[in-house]
Amino acid sequence: MKKTAFYGALTVAGFAASMASAATLDDVKERGTLNCGVTTGLIGFASPDANGVWDGFDVGVCRAVAAAVLGDPNAVEFVPTTGKTRFTALASGEIDMLARNTTWTFSRDVDLKFEFVGINYYDGQGFIAPRDLGVSSAKELDGATVCIQTGTTTELNLADYFRANNISYEPVPIETNAEGQQQYLAGACDVYTTDASGLAATRAAFENPQDHIILPEIISKEPLGPLVRHGDNDWGDVVRWTLNALIAAEELGVTSANIEELAAAPTGNPEINRLLGTEGELGAMLGLEADWAKNAIAAGGNYGELFERNIGENTPIGLARGLNAQWTDGGLLYTPPFR
Amino acid sequence: MTSVTDPPQGSFRLSMLINDTRYRSYTFQFIALVLLIGFMAYLGINLVSNLAAQGLNISFGFLGDPAGYDINQTVVEYDSQSSHLRAAVVGIINTLIVAFLACVTATIFGVIAGVLRLSNNWVVRKLMAFYVEIFRNIPVLIWIIIIFSIMTVSMPAPRDFRGDDATAGMLFDAFAFTNRGVYSPAPVIDGASGWIVIGVFIASIIGIFAYRRYATKKLYDTGQLLPMLWPSVALFFVPVILAYFILGRPITLDYPSLQGFNFQGGLHLRGSLIALWFALAIYTGAFIAENVRAGIQAISKGQTEAAASLGLRPGRIMNLVILPQALRVIIPPLISQYLNITKNSSLAIAVGYMDVTSTLGGITLNQTGRAIECILLLMLFYLTISLLISAVMNVYNNSVKLKER
Ligand SMILES: N[C@@H](CCC(=O)N[C@@H](CS)C(=O)NCC(=O)O)C(=O)O
Repeated sequence: MKKTAFYGALTVAGFAASMASAATLDDVKERGTLNCGVTTGLIGFASPDANGVWDGFDVGVCRAVAAAVLGDPNAVEFVPTTGKTRFTALASGEIDMLARNTTWTFSRDVDLKFEFVGINYYDGQGFIAPRDLGVSSAKELDGATVCIQTGTTTELNLADYFRANNISYEPVPIETNAEGQQQYLAGACDVYTTDASGLAATRAAFENPQDHIILPEIISKEPLGPLVRHGDNDWGDVVRWTLNALIAAEELGVTSANIEELAAAPTGNPEINRLLGTEGELGAMLGLEADWAKNAIAAGGNYGELFERNIGENTPIGLARGLNAQWTDGGLLYTPPFR
Repeated sequence: MTSVTDPPQGSFRLSMLINDTRYRSYTFQFIALVLLIGFMAYLGINLVSNLAAQGLNISFGFLGDPAGYDINQTVVEYDSQSSHLRAAVVGIINTLIVAFLACVTATIFGVIAGVLRLSNNWVVRKLMAFYVEIFRNIPVLIWIIIIFSIMTVSMPAPRDFRGDDATAGMLFDAFAFTNRGVYSPAPVIDGASGWIVIGVFIASIIGIFAYRRYATKKLYDTGQLLPMLWPSVALFFVPVILAYFILGRPITLDYPSLQGFNFQGGLHLRGSLIALWFALAIYTGAFIAENVRAGIQAISKGQTEAAASLGLRPGRIMNLVILPQALRVIIPPLISQYLNITKNSSLAIAVGYMDVTSTLGGITLNQTGRAIECILLLMLFYLTISLLISAVMNVYNNSVKLKER
């Protein structure tokens, strides 16, 4: 009797365990919405507008995946996560994927059991300081009070940087970017440090952005990208190739303006045809419709369009493409071929 | 009028486990126990197999790895190369610091407010009722954030103290109130003679207690009333001041001064500590005030009248008759208030105070991903500390409770 109860418990436990790692793709299709983890609000990357509609560069990735899987870029449930809560949210299955300025590191990939599907922004950590503080280099920050978001790579880089340069600082740990902005503007910390893209986005929200300078030192590599749980390779493939489709589309000249026309009938370029599903079976291989990539690109445009509209040089955030240009333009974006 | 008697002893049959009153309760207790063990085992197995399915295991090895992050308030030596275990210890010490400060302050607030709530003065009485109702009916997290925000927004930044056109100044050239906290002079102990002064001070505090005990015993034994107040005050100040000057002022003060970005030197009470400390003290003080009031009101008016008819003055009535009895009523709920303070101090992360929940349960958990291990350790810590506080307070409670002769 005892033995059967034991085996019973074991089976139930085993069942529960196998449920946890069930195919995310099927779950998403069945649910009809994609649960996508984003920031609690970082203008340009992910923030809700006045009507509560989320928009931004990371949000664009979520919408593209929703469009690829469900055919509807609006079928996304955005889950705001802080630097601290994001990994628990993903590991527990509360979200299907995370697109939140998250740095691809060894320990996150290997030890925390996540799968980074690619890089959508090559970044590095910087400092922002009020202009009238009179500092021009991070090396002059000895004794400064630094606001830093907890649970991030930037927190560790900061400790390493000051240690390596043999200077001291006083950390003020904060939970969200909004809190950091408030503390920094109130002068509770002298400088604020995070990913340089995040600094640019934060500064754009200031009343007087020109009163603050971003110091020249970039103290780390922060390759930011979307990630999924380790062990569900089919779902990882879907997110990875959706991101690649956005990048390939820019390289191949497929934009939201010409996509309908290009997808209507096979074109002269077979890679475009395979991408847009007018030739080959790529969609079916992923377990998706043939027009998956077309939907993903139509959702918000290709990578370049997403970049320009949300964080590019003509937006208040004003980031140049830099490392994030296509490899053909001297950048690092280089997607594997669609074949 | 028949009484149920158990059937006569016979050979044991299985059905007796249910039908026989001698065995029935054991049977049910046994079943309950088995079910409980089964349930626990199920939860345990579920946890282990789910972890295994995700490729995770339970291991505490990470505690020895370098933490990699810095902590602002450290009492023991710590830097980013120290281990996660040490970061946890730093957090534990910070938890204990804020819990101790808040317990003491809350008790002072609570006793004052509780006694004043029974004042004959209408304004004082109503003011205290207002304090109690306002503070205990708004969640403590909100108080923490309110106090912290007011400090960061309304106080001057250190750079406002700089230059000839400084918009802020130091108090007595010794205290600086900034939006990063309060800087005050810190005592610096020079060598052995400094420690002798401290020793003298501790000895005189022990002396005060010994004297009061002696005086009480004398009062009970002979009815002779020795003076209490002035010998205590004298014991408190005279020996330590004498020692200080005789030994050539071995304790000096280190004043904070503005250097670079911040004030350096002196004692730095960070805004996060102050906000957490005062919010906990003022919030829990409101509850303690109610306990104190209840304790005093639990003593029947007859006691006061009887004491008065013996010719005792009101102050003596309070000290000798009412309070000793009221303490018996006050202490048990006070224990739980102290436990509440300790546990509520885990809200520290809201203002970035680096207590054990922020270090071990926050940054360490997040950077290592060892959620289960960290939470288990945290539970163990809070459980231990709560049981310790209860134990200490129970000892005290036993010493004041009604002695049956
Ligand atoms: N890339 C770093 C830092 C990520 C991070 O926290 N970025 C900030 C600023 S760039 C952010 O997204 N904040 C938004 C929020 O607080 O929700 C990491 O992955 O640890």
